[in-house]
Amino acid sequence: MEKKHIKTLNQANLKESAAKGGCGECQACTVANQKCEKQQ
Amino acid sequence: MIHKYKLNGYNICLDVHSGAVHILDDAAYDILDYCDENMKRDIPEKIYTELGDRYGKEEIEETYEALYELFEMGQLFSPDDYEKFADMMTKAPVKSMCINISHDCNLRCEYCFAAKGDFGQGRCLMPLETAKKAIDFIIANSGTRKNLEVDFFGGEPLMNFDVVKKTVEYARGLEDKYNKKFRFTITTNGLLLDDDKIEFINREMNNAVLSLDGRKEVNDRLRVTPNGKGSYDTIVPKYQKLVAGRGDKDYYIRGTFTKYNLDFTDDVLHMHSLGFDQLSIEPVVSDPKLDYSIKYEDLPVVFKEYERLAESIIESRKKGDYYNFFHFMIDLNQGPCAIKRLRGCGCGNEYVAVTPQGDIYPCHQFVGNEDYKMGNLHDGTFDTDMKNMFAMSTVYTKENCKDCWAKFYCSGGCNANNFQYEGNIRKSHKTSCELEKKRLECAIMIKAALAESGDDAPCDGEDCISSCL
Repeated sequence: MEKKHIKTLNQANLKESAAKGGCGECQACTVANQKCEKQQ
Repeated sequence: MIHKYKLNGYNICLDVHSGAVHILDDAAYDILDYCDENMKRDIPEKIYTELGDRYGKEEIEETYEALYELFEMGQLFSPDDYEKFADMMTKAPVKSMCINISHDCNLRCEYCFAAKGDFGQGRCLMPLETAKKAIDFIIANSGTRKNLEVDFFGGEPLMNFDVVKKTVEYARGLEDKYNKKFRFTITTNGLLLDDDKIEFINREMNNAVLSLDGRKEVNDRLRVTPNGKGSYDTIVPKYQKLVAGRGDKDYYIRGTFTKYNLDFTDDVLHMHSLGFDQLSIEPVVSDPKLDYSIKYEDLPVVFKEYERLAESIIESRKKGDYYNFFHFMIDLNQGPCAIKRLRGCGCGNEYVAVTPQGDIYPCHQFVGNEDYKMGNLHDGTFDTDMKNMFAMSTVYTKENCKDCWAKFYCSGGCNANNFQYEGNIRKSHKTSCELEKKRLECAIMIKAALAESGDDAPCDGEDCISSCL
């Protein structure tokens, strides 16, 4: 979303990922640079 | 909760509990100081009185309206309702293992956390029988999980490479029978690499972590053989050969920076000049009393250097020259799910380390600490109480994490770091936290800069890596 004063950089879905996540198949040694197994 | 900061000319706001990232003009950045989770549609009078000399009435009104719209959309001051998920994964199976295939090393790196290779337990190699039992353990304890990760670690794994090969062969032979998929990683100092080992690593290892500290004089100051000789000239050509045959498999040239090279951007750039594009260089973890240790008072210099590295990456990308810095990787659109972010790595819960003697520890960094020994492969013991204790270590049970803006990106940090520095896995280490937060600020700023210049285009194919720098 881009407005005159604000540009939103991403389409974050943390809330949604909490409801749908937790499959446990992703890598178990930061996690910010990981990918979701379902998205690979 | 939000985190707002200025960096490299950008006004950035992270909405912690939605994950939304906003780039603001000066008016929005300043007005945000007058907003909170109880934001109302009516503009607080205080904004006019305190910011009226900087911004006109109309500008204040339209800016506040834009901020309020984000608030209503759940992208600003969104509530923290994740704690209810913290109990998920507490009964998770073990799906990852660090196999310390060698408690011996042909280098004597000054800063080695593994006591220069033997973890303080005497130099030895893991017998094949123990390695096979490790594979049997992870299959038996992984429940319905399909993806299993096994890291060959040490010490120097190449000193026991025949056992590495036979262990991989053994595990591969069990994949179909048990519906498992092994992902192997090896971490090496490179000295013993030859054509046979390179071919095997490039065929079987999903990731290869290749140790190099950067410039020759930096690397050879601390990464030395037992007789004090540097390793740079031996390992660089071998790494270049390995990476040339790596194809699309992951690798990292991985270094450590210390007090001796706080200008580590030059080491990253040197690695890239050698032809490598997957790079990682990380602050040393060591006793603060040592000359080369990085202390809290060093942070301003380190922060400046991270900013220099970030600016260097932006400039390179704009010129079409790509290299990836591990700790600036961040996927703002997807990344791991919120459940995963509550506790980060599976240390002691989904992840364990095994020694050549078959002893089981929460991870490689706890090896040798008898208080954290979880069991043994040979006598069949495994401390599930300790496993549960690690499972309950989340950002909501760790001191200082619950109210931290970075909690969904560092996920509570490294348990072993916390234990080493603070004596408590749930007490975060302040210096490590500050470093992580700085790296995150830089990573998000890079995203903003590349989005502005159009150099961070959306993915257009399976091989696209723009989403994670």
